[in-house]
Amino acid sequence: MPLAQLGAAPPLASFGGAVEFIFTPQTSNVTGGKTVGGFSQVVELTLTQLQVTVLALALALVVALPIGLYLGHRGIGEFFAIGLGNAGRAIPELALIALMAAAIGVGVLNLTIALAVLGVPPILTNAYVGVRQVDRATVDAARGMGMSGFEVLRRVEVPLAIPTLFAGIRGATIAIVATATIAPLAGVLTLGDFIINENVYGEDGVLAGAILVALLALALEFALAGLQRLFTSRGLKVSTA
Amino acid sequence: MPSGSLIAAVGEVGKGFIHERSSETLPCQARSDELFCFDWAKDHIDRYATPTVQHLELVAISVLAGFAIAFALSLLAHRRPWLRPPLLAGTGVLYTIPSIAFFFLLLPITGRGRETAIIALSAYTLQIIYRNTTSGLANVPASVKDAARGMGLSERQVLWKVELPLATPEIVAGLRIATVSTVAIATLAVFAGGGGLGTQIYGGGNLNFATSIIIAGGIAILMALTFDAVLLLVQWLATPWRRAAHE
Repeated sequence: MPLAQLGAAPPLASFGGAVEFIFTPQTSNVTGGKTVGGFSQVVELTLTQLQVTVLALALALVVALPIGLYLGHRGIGEFFAIGLGNAGRAIPELALIALMAAAIGVGVLNLTIALAVLGVPPILTNAYVGVRQVDRATVDAARGMGMSGFEVLRRVEVPLAIPTLFAGIRGATIAIVATATIAPLAGVLTLGDFIINENVYGEDGVLAGAILVALLALALEFALAGLQRLFTSRGLKVSTA
Repeated sequence: MPSGSLIAAVGEVGKGFIHERSSETLPCQARSDELFCFDWAKDHIDRYATPTVQHLELVAISVLAGFAIAFALSLLAHRRPWLRPPLLAGTGVLYTIPSIAFFFLLLPITGRGRETAIIALSAYTLQIIYRNTTSGLANVPASVKDAARGMGLSERQVLWKVELPLATPEIVAGLRIATVSTVAIATLAVFAGGGGLGTQIYGGGNLNFATSIIIAGGIAILMALTFDAVLLLVQWLATPWRRAAHE
């Protein structure tokens, strides 16, 4: 994929131009009159980005959540759970996506797996820490009431771990949606296409892409904050209010 | 060998034979079935020097700038508690915006280049450093502060001689997270024209060349681990009383 770096410098993008790009299709002055931008293309690329983000997040949750909760519940594997979180932060997103595309292949499935790799460490580590930091006296009390190990986890440890757990899920979501922006490098056209293929969409398109990606990330963050409230046990809400 | 049987043999082996031959004649870096070309890497390792230095500069400047701002904001919030929620929300928004989007949102304002990359990268570190610094300060036991005041220390002295030293482990923990993440994210600075190791992944036909991606990614990971170790060492040196307690 070529970088648009040749030729005369294009006119500097403006926010007005970017907004126009989002709502009305325009004729690309670079690719021989091809129509670019407009609301329908914006919706299409947004949905693709949302789709791969949700898929990757779901995959990461399915893998990381049971392991993190189990390790936290049993109080084992601290080195693994904490170390994974630290190591995960060091993964360079661009290298991960590029390597995936170059060595394994392009496409939604490969991209989803690569993105899930970014989501697993924060979810697993926070699930572990969240469950682990629940007061031991509380757990003992639950056991004393006759709860089984699984009941303790489901009814006591997880509800009390919700803030930490969701911090991990939010961190994973931010990392995944941000990296899904460079998904066009792996052959999946997300909003990042506006940003990366400046030679097709022009400066206004690049800026429009940046605005849309930022809005999408903020919208996901708000949605997760709402979801967290929904998952917070009623008893805990009263005590913090 | 008679020519007839040779043709038959070629026919039998078919495509595999031809493929094998072309693989042998092509240099390693032009073959798609090779994940990593050691020969090429050995001959071209020097081309990673400049991007590595650029990357180091990007990370160091961004984290230092981010730390200076976040630290100042934390002290401000420490004095004026009503500032805490808006500052947490504000840095949270900056943390949420994907850095690649941030680069291009700055485009109409700062144009393309290293400064743009540094602004976006340092904005990203604010939330982590701010949150850890404020919680580190908040976790200092009230009895310790009372004791310090009782010994005649002024508020300023309590902050610099008691609260901040005791909060150092949490502050450094935030700094480590911010630095390691910034090393990884700085690979995206190439999109903002900011240089760095990303140029060896994305620019100039490197995108389909696994060897270069692995080298550049590997250097980034090593850099992150090195920064992490250095910061741990700084913490160890800055908190001698913690060592004394363990002895």
